[in-house]
Amino acid sequence: MNLTLKIWRQKDSNTKGQMVDYKVTEISEHMSFLEMMDVLNEQLVNSGEEPVAFDHDCREGICGMCSMYINGEAHGPDRGVTTCQLHMRMFKDGDTITIEPFRAAAFPVIKDLVVNRSAFDRIQHAGGYISVNTSGNTQDANATPISKHAADEAMDAATCIGCGACVASCKNSSAMLFVGAKVSQYALLPQGQVEATDRVKNMVAQMDLEGFGNCTNTGACEVECPKGISLDNIARMNRELIKATLS
Amino acid sequence: MALDSRVPKGPIKDKWTDYKNHIDLVNPANKRHIDIIVVGTGLAGGSAAATLAELGYNVKAFAYQDSPRRAHSIAAQGGINAAKNYQGDGDSTYRLFYDTVKGGDYRSREANVYRLAEVSTNIIDQCVAQGVPFARDYGGLLDNRSFGGVLVSRTFYAKGQTGQQLLLGAYSAMNRQIARGKIEMFNRHEMLDVVKVDGKARGIIARNLVTGEIERHSAHAVVIASGGYGNVYFLSTNAMGSNVTAAWKIHKKGAYFANPCYTQIHPTCIPRSGDYQSKLTLMSESLRNDGRIWVPKNMDDVKAIREGRKQPTDLSEDERDYYLERRYPAFGNLVPRDVASRAAKERCDAGYGVNATGEAVYLDFAAAINRYGKEQAKIQNIENASDAKIYELGQAIVQAKYGNLFQMYEKIVDQNPYKTPMMIYPAVHYTMGGVWVDYNLMTTVPGLYCIGEANFSDHGANRLGASALMQGLADGYFVLPYTIGDYLSDDIRTGKIPTDTKAFDEAEKEVTDRINFFVNNKGTKSVDYFHKKLGKIMWDKCGMSRNEQGLKEAIEDISALRAEFWKEVSVPGGDKEFNEELAKAGRVADFLELGELFAKDALVREESAGGHFREEHQTEEGEAKRRKEFQYVSAWEYKGEPKDAVLHQEALVYENIEVKERSYK
Repeated sequence: MNLTLKIWRQKDSNTKGQMVDYKVTEISEHMSFLEMMDVLNEQLVNSGEEPVAFDHDCREGICGMCSMYINGEAHGPDRGVTTCQLHMRMFKDGDTITIEPFRAAAFPVIKDLVVNRSAFDRIQHAGGYISVNTSGNTQDANATPISKHAADEAMDAATCIGCGACVASCKNSSAMLFVGAKVSQYALLPQGQVEATDRVKNMVAQMDLEGFGNCTNTGACEVECPKGISLDNIARMNRELIKATLS
Repeated sequence: MALDSRVPKGPIKDKWTDYKNHIDLVNPANKRHIDIIVVGTGLAGGSAAATLAELGYNVKAFAYQDSPRRAHSIAAQGGINAAKNYQGDGDSTYRLFYDTVKGGDYRSREANVYRLAEVSTNIIDQCVAQGVPFARDYGGLLDNRSFGGVLVSRTFYAKGQTGQQLLLGAYSAMNRQIARGKIEMFNRHEMLDVVKVDGKARGIIARNLVTGEIERHSAHAVVIASGGYGNVYFLSTNAMGSNVTAAWKIHKKGAYFANPCYTQIHPTCIPRSGDYQSKLTLMSESLRNDGRIWVPKNMDDVKAIREGRKQPTDLSEDERDYYLERRYPAFGNLVPRDVASRAAKERCDAGYGVNATGEAVYLDFAAAINRYGKEQAKIQNIENASDAKIYELGQAIVQAKYGNLFQMYEKIVDQNPYKTPMMIYPAVHYTMGGVWVDYNLMTTVPGLYCIGEANFSDHGANRLGASALMQGLADGYFVLPYTIGDYLSDDIRTGKIPTDTKAFDEAEKEVTDRINFFVNNKGTKSVDYFHKKLGKIMWDKCGMSRNEQGLKEAIEDISALRAEFWKEVSVPGGDKEFNEELAKAGRVADFLELGELFAKDALVREESAGGHFREEHQTEEGEAKRRKEFQYVSAWEYKGEPKDAVLHQEALVYENIEVKERSYK
């Protein structure tokens, strides 16, 4: 198929960006979206132009590196996938596709479609861990039974890949799905109980400091999340926070 | 230089304990004055960085991604082995050790593997304490599954995302240390050279991938944990950015490179679909617990399927060739990866491949769905359950076990694997070869360590499933933190290593000269053009089976391609900016050297062992034939051109395991 691409080009964080039109031809429906971008970049390199910068790495939907806001949706029109898993069969011959970076005050653009998501790391530094030494002298792994339901629910929360689609999709640029998922994972496990109070307070404080907005329950984050992280995690985080503040 | 593996004396089961009891330690007050650089933040690098920082050293960690959490360990699906024997099925430290040495086709170092098996149980304890949500049964205890090449269930897992959960565990441990200021994290940085002072590794030259600045970083020891080099094939299951650069740079500065030809070609990957393909996707080996692999028995059916006149589900049991079950009745679909891959290639080469390219076999879950369905019907007291009901019940179980993998397959291939068998074909997945290290995980350069997939040590000529995660975490959490202390105990009075010295000047100049060449060379061909060409040579001539003539051609071809690369490569953009093409150019330049050494190593190794299959050396039944005279590690010393590399041998001695023919029949 033949496509028109409208892509955000921005030289660096200090320069103003703009949308630029490109044409690509003979795109196979079996290509992934990023392979289509590879075709465009090969075309640009061969004609001596600078390729479009975009983040990507594992190309199997797990590293969380790829981003892109495609036709007004984080990771594009398909559900339950990252941009690297989005396939061109979701588009039609002759389509015009708009491709922008994830936009949020807390995610400044580095170049073209590449944004800086280190705010997520800093929230994790504030409390996204259990303070246990890595010595291997902990108790036996089976010493504390954990209900299958709790373990499964913790796993569902822990599948977050930290891509930032929730922030990009939210009209308030809220990171509460991301933070809620991490808080929930530990809140659901006995190992996480000891520090639960400090953890939720510190992570939420850092989240606010980074300039992420608040949650107004529109649920866009859950819809666009490539890993299907549930809004329940935000509710659980709020409960944990209230508990922590009142105790 | 003679190779000294520094394996401690004494019985194998006491070596590690005795070693730990007798090494020199650094007292906590002195650790504060010692700096360590860790390059790479996957399972090995991440766990090492966290542990070293926790011990009190000052750690500088480097990742080319925008966060340590994105390292490619995250993509490991199936699980992690540990000799916990929670299932009471006869597992033990010795059995894990035995399986790993045998699985590696008797080409790994006994003492290292035993230590790995020994610390494996600690890893599970540690990860549970960190909040890793492993799968559990209804009693609340940890669940296990089976992997290839073994007869026990020792694999712990977190759905099909075990690597992700373990990496996030190591990442959380790093975060704690970053918050304490003990780890300084350098994201979006790439190491471009190691700096040696008086023969010891004392720092690195790194490029900030956002600004393009070249930076000098000094330390008392340098740890390389940069992963494997599977991307030398261009197409692999590795991440797009996975590269050999850090490992290759240290090789050029004196670290020997061991067994580069030992590559794992994983049997269950999604077949390639076209020339535009940028990478291959793995389907976890855990699927072979329940999936049965087959091709049609009759060529007519193969043709009918390829032409779309028949569906695989149209074929009766009698018309299918479950070739692994036929050839290897004892292990069946759970033979080791090298064996399964070669068997798939054998069938496809014979013309039985089931897709348009003739390079695909079926992985079928119908039998498992049926079996689980009947089981569930019994559990739920449903009498005379209809086929549809049994299917529905069985599908729910398979979905609970492998749901995310099935979804991934469906998204890529656009077929529902619950209804029709998956199509799979082998793809490059892991590299057993890597930087040579001694028992302490130190390379041939003092103060320079190498851990995880980047080193060569534990998997011999073939790695068993669920053992990479085990090795990465064992090296990082439990081995290196001890062994590096022994070395650093001599450095407590050294003081900060200055970076304004001749050694740093020279290393930096080498790096900037090369970058300047790339941005100023107005060639005619893109970096990817060369990478794809290299990949094709590697796959065709150094792939699943190799022969003398092909390997000789590969050496010539790669050498010629490299010469063309340095003439014709074109890199747009400048050096002092975010420039992905420039980063790629440096990586491909290194792959072009490694590829040649790879072929040379494969040529010299005139035997078949594990993932290295030389057509000249096979049994009458087409199985790999080892040769006693090659029972050694090939450690290559850099001498300019890769083809001039000098071979050093480390003899492999087996005192605790009988070396015999590796049979899975």
